Amino acid sequence: MTAPRTIYDKIWDAHVVDQQEDGTCLLYIDRHLVHEVTSPQAFEGLRMSGRTVRAPKRTLCVADHNVPTEGRARGIENPESRLQVETLEANAKEFGVEYLEMLDIRQGVVHIVGPEQGFTLPGTTIVCGDSHTSTHGAFGSLAHGIGTSEVEHVLSTQTLIQSKAKNMLIQVDGELPDHVTAKDIILAIIGKIGTAGGTGYVMEYAGEAIRSLSIEGRMTVCNMSIEGGARAGLIAPDEKTFEYFKGRPRSPKGADWDKAVAYWRTLPSDEGAHYDKIIKLDASDLPPLVTWGTSPENVISIEGNVPDPKDITDAAKKAAVERSLAYMGLEANTPMTEIKIDRAFIGSCTNGRIEDIREVAKLVKGRKVSDHVSAMVVPGSGLVKAQAEEEGLDKILIEAGFDWREPGCSMCLAMNDDKLKDGERCASTSNRNFEGRQGRGGRTHLVSPEMAAAAAIAGHFVDVRDFD
Amino acid sequence: MDKFEKVDGVAAPLPILNIDTDMIIPKQFLKTIKRTGLGVNLFDEMRYTKDGAEIPEFVLNQPAYRNAQILVAGDNFGCGSSREHAPWALADFGIKVIISTSFADIFYNNCFKNGILPIALPQADVDKLMEDAERGANATVSVDLVSQEIHGPDGGVIKFEVDAFRKHCLLEGLDDVGLTLQKEASINAFEEKLAVSQPWA
Ligand code: SF4
Repeated sequence: MTAPRTIYDKIWDAHVVDQQEDGTCLLYIDRHLVHEVTSPQAFEGLRMSGRTVRAPKRTLCVADHNVPTEGRARGIENPESRLQVETLEANAKEFGVEYLEMLDIRQGVVHIVGPEQGFTLPGTTIVCGDSHTSTHGAFGSLAHGIGTSEVEHVLSTQTLIQSKAKNMLIQVDGELPDHVTAKDIILAIIGKIGTAGGTGYVMEYAGEAIRSLSIEGRMTVCNMSIEGGARAGLIAPDEKTFEYFKGRPRSPKGADWDKAVAYWRTLPSDEGAHYDKIIKLDASDLPPLVTWGTSPENVISIEGNVPDPKDITDAAKKAAVERSLAYMGLEANTPMTEIKIDRAFIGSCTNGRIEDIREVAKLVKGRKVSDHVSAMVVPGSGLVKAQAEEEGLDKILIEAGFDWREPGCSMCLAMNDDKLKDGERCASTSNRNFEGRQGRGGRTHLVSPEMAAAAAIAGHFVDVRDFD
Repeated sequence: MDKFEKVDGVAAPLPILNIDTDMIIPKQFLKTIKRTGLGVNLFDEMRYTKDGAEIPEFVLNQPAYRNAQILVAGDNFGCGSSREHAPWALADFGIKVIISTSFADIFYNNCFKNGILPIALPQADVDKLMEDAERGANATVSVDLVSQEIHGPDGGVIKFEVDAFRKHCLLEGLDDVGLTLQKEASINAFEEKLAVSQPWA
């Protein structure tokens, strides 16, 4: 009998092609997602060494970071952005790999597109030259971001050189209160363990609160595993997962489907499996959270105040808080609900799915965005956009004063025209509040979609639980 | 890739926690389709004003540190985006060694692929090297990968850990893809097995 294993152990074991004496492994990669920003130099590397793409069918290309979210049919105005997108298209053609072009309804943020197409599947290994590849762990696939040299390595060998990470269990028990969401769970975890807390680990999320989340919510949680420093996040697949994949374009069909589901059922961690670290959290007493600083670990309850550096003894941490507050233009001890915003951004691979847009539409229906706020909703993919429009959500949003955009990364990282101006403050559903992330001098507060929508209406942060 | 053996150089102090890859190379420079030329934009928003003028206080703008080859930085260096543009920019500037108490996983990997040695040390050692670095050009630090030792300006020696395989690749300047392709037979065998056991995968 083999020792009990975690889901990470199982997927890892099933993909080892070769192991060296020092433990370094060659890991087989089932799926490779490619976007325009981190791939040109990888394809160039292949060309220079006369190599090819080993398994074109295991590779899917889509442009998302640079694409405009307005007037897309006119093409991309910025010459550098245009060149990057055209380069991806040309590379895909040259190397015989599928490319979803900008006007294709299936186009969108790479981490939303993969699952929608059934390209992502439980039990598979998935990589992409993008740190938020951790999103796909929501389906019980081992998924993580890689650098461009590794993109080239995967393109030409369909493998990755890896050492195994440690196992961390994050047990989230209890039932989430109303208006407290998957986003608040993951922000709470990062607040608790810190942005380096998961370094060297793969995090597995378990417990009642995780099981009760929708697939979309699970994606939000796994998405930000990287903000906790983890290599990947994982949630064991269950009936919800199988239901999600049934009938997707690239999902297994017929007898293969039954065989696949039978295999997927063997993936959850065994009773008694070993974890190197266990973190516990009770979801039932979580408030809606907001970040106040320039690191995703700078989380605080909406009922709280901006922290005071005076209360911090560690010199390096104190300096970090002072630097953050100066950048964010915030005074210590200000109640979070008194902080006014200029912009609201709803979208990204963290919160750009249909469920997120439904929640926002429900909350803003019949209300108006505050006069001094400019708010936008950017669906995560063309399919999400079409679904939202079919449900009439776009009308509700537009009526309330939101901009309704075309799909892409947009102001999550502001590589296209969607950016904050110097000093502008934004309630954002994305995943990073780093200095300059949403535009030079821009100030980002990470929140859930409902909290962003409520702030857009009120003109300042509000506790969505009392928002009537 | 060039072989890495030993670096004798000036170490620049960057005592900031959680230096993320957006700080190292902001997104406006990710639109390139080349690997080179990013050094001038390393730490761009900390290094230049909006009009492109140098900010004299920033460490790499100070005369003593303009040719720094070593960075000593706060905890969790390289967190955030997977962009390899970060190590490309560091390498292009001339940085060969980064010392911190910890590194983010993807960034750590990316360094080795670009001939940069990231060294994680206990807090006390990083504090000592940070002090040395603050002394500027008069205090060069020497990093020897073969013996896995850092020699400070006052003769102190600090040992460091590095994974044996990664050390070998750095020392020899080896290309990972070439190495892996030597194992093609194993990859073929794996794929044949997979086609039978999980035809959908
Ligand atoms: S939406 Fe944001 S985090 Fe997600 S892939 Fe795009 S830029 Fe990265």
